Amino acid sequence: MFILKNAGRMGLELYLDLLSQPCRAVYIFAKKNNIPFEFKHVELFKDSILGMKMPGGNNPGHSHEGQHCRGEFGKMNILKKVPALKDGVLTLAESTAILLYLSWKYNTPDHWYPSDTQKRAQVDEYLSWHHTNIRGNAGKALWIKVLIPLFTGQTLPPEKLQEVMDELAISLKQFEEKFLQDKPFIVGSEISLADLMAIVELMQPIGVGCDIFEDRPKLSEWRNQVEEAVGKELFQEAHELILNIKELSNIQIDPQLKEHLAPVLRKMMK
Amino acid sequence: MVVELYLDLLSQPCRALFIFAKKNNIPFEFKHVELLKGQHLSEEFGKVNVLKKVPALKDGAFTLAESIAILLYLSRKFNTPDHWYPSDLQKRARVDEYLSWQHTTIREKGCQIFIIKVLVPLLIGQPFSPEKLEEAVKELNSVLNQFEEKFLQNKPFIVGNEISLADLMAIVELMEPVGCGCDIFENRPKLVEWRSRVEEAVGKELFQQAHEILLNAKNLSTTQLPPELRESMKRLLKP
Repeated sequence: MFILKNAGRMGLELYLDLLSQPCRAVYIFAKKNNIPFEFKHVELFKDSILGMKMPGGNNPGHSHEGQHCRGEFGKMNILKKVPALKDGVLTLAESTAILLYLSWKYNTPDHWYPSDTQKRAQVDEYLSWHHTNIRGNAGKALWIKVLIPLFTGQTLPPEKLQEVMDELAISLKQFEEKFLQDKPFIVGSEISLADLMAIVELMQPIGVGCDIFEDRPKLSEWRNQVEEAVGKELFQEAHELILNIKELSNIQIDPQLKEHLAPVLRKMMK
Repeated sequence: MVVELYLDLLSQPCRALFIFAKKNNIPFEFKHVELLKGQHLSEEFGKVNVLKKVPALKDGAFTLAESIAILLYLSRKFNTPDHWYPSDLQKRARVDEYLSWQHTTIREKGCQIFIIKVLVPLLIGQPFSPEKLEEAVKELNSVLNQFEEKFLQNKPFIVGNEISLADLMAIVELMEPVGCGCDIFENRPKLVEWRSRVEEAVGKELFQQAHEILLNAKNLSTTQLPPELRESMKRLLKP
């Protein structure tokens, strides 16, 4: 009885907002592998994340400075507060680190992060390239079509969206040519962390009506395989929020956050 | 058949690989790909890495891009000392955390400075923009604050008491601005101390060797960029 009573307090905590791509990857991975965890819901646009202290001291995404919020989308560091993991005294940020940690600690099936050195290297290769190519690019559509208007009350000209989609198209071409090629998954014949990180990112523009899978049959096929491997129900569950993004326009944005981000966003719009 | 590493020591991740391989006595063939001569754009190199970037590895029929992937591959294949990528799960997670975080922070901001001070002037034939440099330095400083506060704190290295892949990737990135005359270590005693420790752990001679080309970067100002390279560099001019 004592053990049961304390299980929750001692257990794994995952701080997530399913609007965030890397959060979805962590969520899907944990659920798919039946990893027991406490879902700590962080609502990025509602909670006053500016003042919010995340567990532990090692919190790279959290800063009181507004400085790194200037410039491009990638500097939205306040949003990098999620995902975060707390496991006893260990606190961890960065989805890649979290996924790897969970895969080792819970001894998940080999295909997620293969023990074969070359296959593992190919997963590492994708996870590294992903940061500056797919991640960041894929998320911009949401900012342009929904979030910036939400924060600043202004809409952006269509050219801005086109610019962003053109850049994403370049990355998608490389993704298909180098990483996918003619294989069912990025690494061989089974889903891995690479596919998981990629898919959640590529679902982001879908939520705002930019169907990047349209006219890309190879990519579409890969998406279906990934959904199947994850399980359609779990996949849908994880993506429910992003696919119903219009609901966002009704939410009350934390005024402090709005005040903090609005001038930055306005500058980005020029 | 020996591992081939395709490198240009002007590039930060290439230096990390060079240092790691040399330090661990990993036998490899140094395949020089001169970036400023546009050699990475060649069809031949494209067969090694279709993304046309350095570093790249070729191990028999197996090719690999991305420095982190290559470092991890080498550490596993050659069974390097544990401290580089600890088997202790929590320590390992810390290394992973840094390696993930650095892409869009330390790496990105460090690169920006080199781009503004060295590459753009080479491309457009005009001196660098002091305003752009100032802004880039400001952004790097902000990220350095995070580095010191969150990753280094009061520890000798990023993860505990010994050098790891995290420190290696960090140091080569932070040397890039130094190589173009922006001493980001100035007024940061904690960082200076960490740098000394890292240099010591790597071995001063090897560290110097890896950074020789970079630290003579002023010699680059007279470089003639080939046309196909100029074309591919135009994206650097985007704001």
